[in-house]
Amino acid sequence: MTRFAQTRKLLIGLALVLGVGALFAPPLAASEGGNLLHSGANVEDQASLQRGAKYFSNYCLSCHSLKYMRWSRLAKDLGLSEEQVMGSLNFAGTRFGDPITVALTAEDGNQWFGKAPPDLSLIARARPGGADYIFSYLKSFHLDDKRPLGWNNTVFPAASMPNVLWELQGTQAAVYDTQRVKDESGQQVDKEVFSHFELVKPGKLTPEAFDGVARDLSAFLEYVGEPAALQRRDVGWKVILFLAFFTFVAWLLKAEYWRDVH
Amino acid sequence: MIMSNTAMKLLTSGYQWLDARAPGVTVWWNRHMAQYYAPKNFNVWYYFGSLALLMFVNQLVTGIWLTMHYKPDAKLAFDSVEYIMRDVDWGWLIRYMHSTGASLFFLTIYLHMYRGLMYGSYQKPRELVWTLGVFIFLATMAEAFMGYVLPWGQMSYWGAQVISSIYGTIPFIGPDLLEFIRGDYVIADAALNRFFALHVVAMPMVLALLIYLHLMALHEVGSNNPDGVDIKKTKDAKGKPLDGIAFHPYYTVKDIFGVGFFLIIAAFIVFYAPTLGGWFLEHDNFLIADPAVTPLLIKPVWYFTPYYAMLRAVPAFFGSQFPGVLVMGAGVLIFFALPWLDRSPVKSIRYRPGFVKVLLGLWVLSLLWLGYLGTRHATPLLTLTAQIATVYYLGFFVTMPWWSRWGKFKPEPARVTYDH
Repeated sequence: MTRFAQTRKLLIGLALVLGVGALFAPPLAASEGGNLLHSGANVEDQASLQRGAKYFSNYCLSCHSLKYMRWSRLAKDLGLSEEQVMGSLNFAGTRFGDPITVALTAEDGNQWFGKAPPDLSLIARARPGGADYIFSYLKSFHLDDKRPLGWNNTVFPAASMPNVLWELQGTQAAVYDTQRVKDESGQQVDKEVFSHFELVKPGKLTPEAFDGVARDLSAFLEYVGEPAALQRRDVGWKVILFLAFFTFVAWLLKAEYWRDVH
Repeated sequence: MIMSNTAMKLLTSGYQWLDARAPGVTVWWNRHMAQYYAPKNFNVWYYFGSLALLMFVNQLVTGIWLTMHYKPDAKLAFDSVEYIMRDVDWGWLIRYMHSTGASLFFLTIYLHMYRGLMYGSYQKPRELVWTLGVFIFLATMAEAFMGYVLPWGQMSYWGAQVISSIYGTIPFIGPDLLEFIRGDYVIADAALNRFFALHVVAMPMVLALLIYLHLMALHEVGSNNPDGVDIKKTKDAKGKPLDGIAFHPYYTVKDIFGVGFFLIIAAFIVFYAPTLGGWFLEHDNFLIADPAVTPLLIKPVWYFTPYYAMLRAVPAFFGSQFPGVLVMGAGVLIFFALPWLDRSPVKSIRYRPGFVKVLLGLWVLSLLWLGYLGTRHATPLLTLTAQIATVYYLGFFVTMPWWSRWGKFKPEPARVTYDH
C-alpha cells in the first residue's frame, strides 16, 4: 500500500460510478415498458421466424406493411426459396425484389378503423420491450362494448385494431378489481385496476399453442426491425477476438518499451 | 530479409528526399512527438485524451461514409437511414459505429475533463489549454445536437423543437432569432438542411481546428501529471526533464494499448447492444418525425441530460423560461472561469486537504443525479432534488475562490511519484 492508496480508492470508485454506473442505472426501457410478459422470442431460431412470417402473411399483411423489408432479403435470411416466398407468403403479387407493401391506402385505413394501420417494420425497435411488447400486446385483446369494433387492449388501451387472432385465441374478457387509492388531491377514491383475463369462448388453439403463435410473430417482427442483428452477432465475436489479440500484443510492446523507464 | 532491406532503403531515401525539401517536417515531428517530454507517471485517467481524439477521427470517417448514402430531406431522411441499415453493404456497421461513437466521444470527453478537475490541469500555466478544451466541449455539443436531428425520428424532431426554442426565450430578440435559426416557424425541412450542412461541413472543421490548437497549446507548456509537479524544474545536463519521457515511442505504444482495450468495449456495444437499452439510440427515434404527435416524454440523449435537468429545475419567471436557460448556460460556461476560480497553492488533489475530495465527489454525484433526472418525468420531489443538485453544482464553482484556499495542504514532492 502506498500513501496514495486512499486517493486511488477514491479515483477507482469515481471511475466505476462514472464509467460503469451509468450503464447499470435503471434502464429506461424497464420502467417505460411497464408490466410486459416475457415472450421468449429468439431471432436465432429460424423455424420460429418462418412460422412468424407465415402467421404475419396470413393475419397481419392485409393491413400492415413492412415497407423497409424486401421479400428477397426475407427469403435469404429465413432460408426460404423464391418459390416458397412468392407462392405461400406474398399474395399481393408484388415482385420478389420489392418491399413488403399492402394494397390498403391510408385514406381507407383511416375511414375503416379510425386510424390507418401503421407500417410495422420498426415496431419492435420503437417500443420499449421490443418482442416482449408485441407478445404482450397480441395476448391482451379483450371484449369491450364501448369500443367501435368491440375490442380493447390492456397493453395499448383504446387501440383501433380488432383482435385478428380471435379464431386462434378465442375471446376473453378483462376482469377488474376495485381498489381504494389516493387520487391527485390526496382523497381516497375507488379505482378499477386490471386483474386478469377470463376466457369467454375458447379458440382453435390451446393457450399454450397460442403463446407459441404470439412468440413466433414477436420474433419475426424483432427480426424485421433489424435484419442486420443476425449478421452483427456473427461478425462481432470475430472482431472482439481480433481486438483482444491486438490489445495483448500492444501490451507486450508497451511493456518492452517501458522496461527502461524507472 | 532482402525484401525488408529494400523496403527500408526505399523508406529512408523517401524520407531523405522529403527532409531535403521540407526540413520542417522533422522539426515538427521532434517538437511534438520524439522530443516532446511527458511526465512518466501518467495513470489510467491519461488515456482519455487520445481516446477522445480517436473517437473524433471515428466520427469523421464513418460520417463521410454515412453522407454518401444519407438524404438531407424531410421526406427522405428517415427512409435513407433505414436504407443504410438494410440495403447498404455494412451500412449498419457504419451507422452503429457513428451512433456509438457519438456517445463514447462524450464519455471520453467527460472523463478527460474530470481528470483535469482532479489534478488541477487547468491551473497556471495551462489556462489556455483548458479554455480551448471548453470550446471543444461546446462545439461538440452543437455538433451532437445537430447530428441527432438528421435521422428525422420523433425524438430528433421534438428534441430539436424544444432545444431550438431555448433561443426564443431570450428577451426582445428571441422570437426573431429563433426564426432565423430554424429558417421556418417550426423545425422542418429548412432546419434539417442547414443542420446537415453545419453538422458535416462547418462544425467538423471548427472542431478539427480547436483540437489542433488544444494540442499545440498543450505542447507549449507541457503536460500536467497526477502529482501536479512541474517536471521542467529538474532537468539533466542536456536540458531533458528527469521525470519526462519522449511521447514517442513511450506514450504512443501505451496509447495504442489503451486504444485496443477501449475498442473491445466499443465493439461489445456496436455488435451486441447498439441501442444500449435506449441509452445510445432511443426507442422513439425509430418512429418517423410527426409534428402532429408529441412523444410522452421529450428528453435528450444521456450526454445532455444533466444540463436539460438544470433547465427544467428553474421555475418560470413572469412566464419566461429564460432564467432556466441562463442557469443551464452557466452550468456549461462556468468551466471557462475555472482556472481563475481555483486559488489552491497546489494542483493535484493528492496534496489538497481531505475535504476537497468530499466536495468533488459530491459534485460528481450531483452531476450524475442531474443526468438521471433529465431522463425522467418531473415530479415535485424530483424537481426539488434537481434544484438542490443544480445549486450544489454551480455553488461548487462559485465558492471555489474561498474554499480552495482553506485547510491543510500536504507537502508536494520535488519529483513525481512513480513506483514501478
